[in-house]
Amino acid sequence: MDLLDVTLRVVAVLAAFLVLPLLVGQAEHKVMAHMQGRVGPMHAGGFHGWAQLVADGVKFAQKEDTVPTGADRRIFQLAPAVALVPYCVVLVAIPLGPGGLVGQVVDAGVFFVLAVLGIGILGQLMGGWASNNKYSMLGGMRTAAQLMAYELPLILAAASVVMAAGTLSLTGILDGFQWWWVPWQLVGAFVFFTAGIAELHRPPFDAPIAPEEIVFGAFTEYSGLRFALFLLAEYAGIVVISALTAVLFFGGWHGPLPDQLGWLWMLLKTAALCFLVIWARVAWPRLRADQIQKFAWTVLVPLALAQIALTGVVKVVIS
Amino acid sequence: MSAGALPALLAAEESGRGVLSPSGVEIVFLLVAVVVLGAAILCVTSRHLVHAALYLVVALGGLAVEYLLLTAEFIAWVQVLIYLGSVVVLLLFGLMLTRAPIGPSPDADSANRPVALVVSLAAAATLVTLVVDAFRTTWIDLDTPHGRSDALGESLFRAWVLPFEALSVLLLAALVGAIVISRARRDDSEEGRG
Repeated sequence: MDLLDVTLRVVAVLAAFLVLPLLVGQAEHKVMAHMQGRVGPMHAGGFHGWAQLVADGVKFAQKEDTVPTGADRRIFQLAPAVALVPYCVVLVAIPLGPGGLVGQVVDAGVFFVLAVLGIGILGQLMGGWASNNKYSMLGGMRTAAQLMAYELPLILAAASVVMAAGTLSLTGILDGFQWWWVPWQLVGAFVFFTAGIAELHRPPFDAPIAPEEIVFGAFTEYSGLRFALFLLAEYAGIVVISALTAVLFFGGWHGPLPDQLGWLWMLLKTAALCFLVIWARVAWPRLRADQIQKFAWTVLVPLALAQIALTGVVKVVIS
Repeated sequence: MSAGALPALLAAEESGRGVLSPSGVEIVFLLVAVVVLGAAILCVTSRHLVHAALYLVVALGGLAVEYLLLTAEFIAWVQVLIYLGSVVVLLLFGLMLTRAPIGPSPDADSANRPVALVVSLAAAATLVTLVVDAFRTTWIDLDTPHGRSDALGESLFRAWVLPFEALSVLLLAALVGAIVISRARRDDSEEGRG
């Protein structure tokens, strides 16, 4: 692997990291608007307000970046970076197409992405504690409780796919993919995707940041660019969870003409799942913190265990 | 240094794998080790509770990097997943529940500091002696990855399956114990109310 190759891959991953979350954000503006009988942003950039998020970014950059007097200054300022960087790192391991169209092949890829994704939550906890604000503290505590509850079903669902494929490598899982894995692992896909949305605090699991009750939780005291970084982390998270669900459960680049159009199928599947995430925000009201806990432990964990049992039985029968 | 060690050391120098001509990986390994040690010391000496937890993050993350440098990829990711992703989050959750203050908490120090120092030094000395005595000049070839998940799985579920099962029974016992303790408390409080 020469230097040029490495540079190209890093630049490509960085470009995907900077562009895809913005696309999801713009799609959210427009899709939400049309589902609610509005038209959404129409002015910025001319054509259907395509430059709205660029304008938002310029606005955020111009705002004053304040740190509260009683806050723990260094941790407060470090938190957005800790929240954002893991999502960029995870993108490196997600395969876009067949034949090495991936940032870097990681042997234990599934473990790598799940492990690194967990670090992002640390950033929100740091921000929630260091703000020295009771709403931020409440948000941080709800974040931690939610992570505890949803990490288990997320890992169990991923483990089911690993058992089915017999490998921990994301590229290896895609190489072994068969179309009938989709119905076989459908329950696992539901568990993984739902738990993923819950870890990102997307509605209906957004009790940790609920603007109407605890004023955006851990982000209450943030302004300007640092707040924008937290928002960017949320949208990057949507891209990562959707892409991972597509890779693990829906065959990633598999489709007609995989060698030429593999990247297109992967992007389309990811986009469809991102659309579902946005749709969920419009369709469901927010769950209470205790309902969120109950849903994880009484619905998702048993479902994930049942999926693992099913995977094991089928695996033994066909081998 | 014993009489036999010097020729062995010289032989190692000649084959290009001695202490006097370190490779890039070895230098990075040592640098990361210094960071881990520093973070660990700051973790136990810091008077800021949450800072201590965050220094623990640095120390545990540094250990994961060391595993990676030794090509034990699987263990490295498990280290990040379990320790950084779960244990530290649980720690921070506990600190938040007890409303850890911003700034130093002077009452967080205990009078046991000298005892703790003695115990930790003794433990470190024992472990270092053990590792040095067990491996001496054994050389790990880092060009072939050792910690691949398939090889680990094979040895875990073939050669080491009995300890593995014993550990899982232990964890199950801990789980049942936790449930028993939490349920017993609830019964007490209900009786108290009635």
